[in-house]
Amino acid sequence: MIEFKNVSKIYGDGTKAVDDVSFTINEGEFVVLIGTSGSGKTTTMRMINRMIDSTSGEILIDGKNIKDENAVELRRRIGYVIQQTGLMPHMTVYENIVMVPKLLKWDKDKMRETAERLLKRVDMGNEFLDRYPQELSGGQQQRIGVIRALAANQDIILMDEPFGALDPITRDALQELVKHLQEEMGRTVVFVTHDMDEALKLADKIAIMSEGKVIQYDTPDNILAAPANEFVESFLGEDRLQQRSTMQTVDQVMVKTPITVTSDMTLAESIRVMRDRRVDTLFVTDMHHVLQGVVDFEGINKNRKKAETVSEIMSHVYYVKSGTLLSSVADKMLKRGYKNIPVVNEAGKLEGLVTRASLVDIVYDTIWGDDEEVESIPLETTQYQESE
Amino acid sequence: MLNIEGLDELTQMNTFQQLIYYVQENGAYLWEQFTRHFLISIYGVLFAAIVAIPIGFYIARHSKLADWVVGAANVIQTIPSLAMLSILMLGFGIGVNTVIITVFLYSLLPIVKNTYAGVKNVDNALMDAAKGMGMTRWQQTYKVELPMAISVIMAGLRNALVVAIGVTAIGTFIGAGGLGDIIQRGVNASQGGAIILAGAIPTALMAVAADLVLAWLEKKLDPSSRVRK
Ligand SMILES: Nc1ncnc2c1ncn2[C@@H]1O[C@H](COP(=O)(O)OP(=O)(O)OP(=O)(O)O)[C@@H](O)[C@H]1O
Ligand SMILES: [Mg+2]
Repeated sequence: MIEFKNVSKIYGDGTKAVDDVSFTINEGEFVVLIGTSGSGKTTTMRMINRMIDSTSGEILIDGKNIKDENAVELRRRIGYVIQQTGLMPHMTVYENIVMVPKLLKWDKDKMRETAERLLKRVDMGNEFLDRYPQELSGGQQQRIGVIRALAANQDIILMDEPFGALDPITRDALQELVKHLQEEMGRTVVFVTHDMDEALKLADKIAIMSEGKVIQYDTPDNILAAPANEFVESFLGEDRLQQRSTMQTVDQVMVKTPITVTSDMTLAESIRVMRDRRVDTLFVTDMHHVLQGVVDFEGINKNRKKAETVSEIMSHVYYVKSGTLLSSVADKMLKRGYKNIPVVNEAGKLEGLVTRASLVDIVYDTIWGDDEEVESIPLETTQYQESE
Repeated sequence: MLNIEGLDELTQMNTFQQLIYYVQENGAYLWEQFTRHFLISIYGVLFAAIVAIPIGFYIARHSKLADWVVGAANVIQTIPSLAMLSILMLGFGIGVNTVIITVFLYSLLPIVKNTYAGVKNVDNALMDAAKGMGMTRWQQTYKVELPMAISVIMAGLRNALVVAIGVTAIGTFIGAGGLGDIIQRGVNASQGGAIILAGAIPTALMAVAADLVLAWLEKKLDPSSRVRK
């Protein structure tokens, strides 16, 4: 957890870059700082790893004031990604990736294993390890920049417009990747941008900054639903606000009763449930209906001999909270190829399931309107127009 | 040393033959002066590097000092070498040490200047990343600034060494020996053309070779030329 308490930064020349800012970033959250140029985003971010020291106020990480810590050690615990990648041209990709582990004196095998594993996570093969950064494309370089910030298992990653210099397609792919890595590894990310689309796409929470102050700090949905003032509204733009009013949440389209089994159920019983209900995937819950994982037919079939209960073979499942905008879920389903995404409430209880079929319904609705309207466009109309 | 019996024969040879003869007769002496010359130059440059490289790093980080330091080194550079030798001789007496000190002083400027430029030119983003990832000041220096600047520093050493070889050649005037010694003998001898060549050619070769070797090293150390081997 990162807490800003009345933090200000006044530069030597008298510029008040950050003005009495207070907000809290929870563990595992993806927080985007956004604002116009010169609004103090970079300054705010760089105060977290003490690249800049605050003039007044306190910044606490997990309750400890960072001023009481050794700045060098603090920085080694915090990943750092910048727009210019900052890859060392005199070091190979491997040496670049393991820079912080090397400073921390990890042993060779562990470093090698880490580098190979992370490289694979960003869809690059081991053949890249011995290359020099100048031999990579811009997108590949920034991939290395990103995994370099993860290599020492840093819990917090700071990113300052990391994708600003990339073309839209590469940027899109890297945004997906970073969000995915962050969700999967549960890291806390503080991300600076001035691209609102990027912010809406990535953020769990957005801090909108202007003239050194945080104007609004909330989830993207809440900010869209209730912009704090005119500045925020104009920053969001008419288009996005209008889109929002027609946006649906997952609750409106989800299937209300996904087929579930409890984690202590045997594989044989599960197969029977699958057959009776004619599905190939079962969601696993505990006694209180809290989502635990998922099992599919293939998994059960493969482990028939080895496992007894579903809890032994269930795999993790990506889920969303109820109230999430459908558009972001649709985005994930299409881009990452999920067949369906379960919806849970605040307590983690399984509430429903968004399936690809629900998406088709939405597309159908947006093209042809509500069911009544479909009926109210009789064929005669077409004939009428033709006869004109 | 020329022996008297040879003198007669010698007058009948052309300059090239005389040169061959001289080298054959005085090979050991020539070699001795050659290494002496080389070592004087190297020592002067090396001591200068030990002083000038840290100064270059320091002024790269304290830009206000840079103009001042480079200015001072520039002044040293403009003093003619013979004048410098003579002045220093008053302080340090005749002999090798005074020549080494002269070489040292002349080498300061190219090395300081190049170190300063090399370090100053390291991309700010690299230094930002290095610091942001948790390198100490010292680690930033030897893991990033030094390797990034090394080829430019080498170019400074190369300049310094070439100049040093020339300066050492006049060191003979204060009795330091070296290839200048041989040249001076030639100048003093009647019909000493061959002897002058016996001193001058190795001096020139030494300068050219030093230049080539260091140029090669410089290129090899250039981080921007790094690609997979
Ligand atoms: N080292 C510095 N010395 C003096 N003023 C500075 C310094 N760094 C930043 N500033 C000033 O502080 C203010 C905030 O700068 P900051 O870099 O945090 O803005 P930003 O929101 O990141 O802007 P951008 O989107 O352009 O990157 C600006 O007015 C800037 O000019
Ligand atoms: Mg900035």
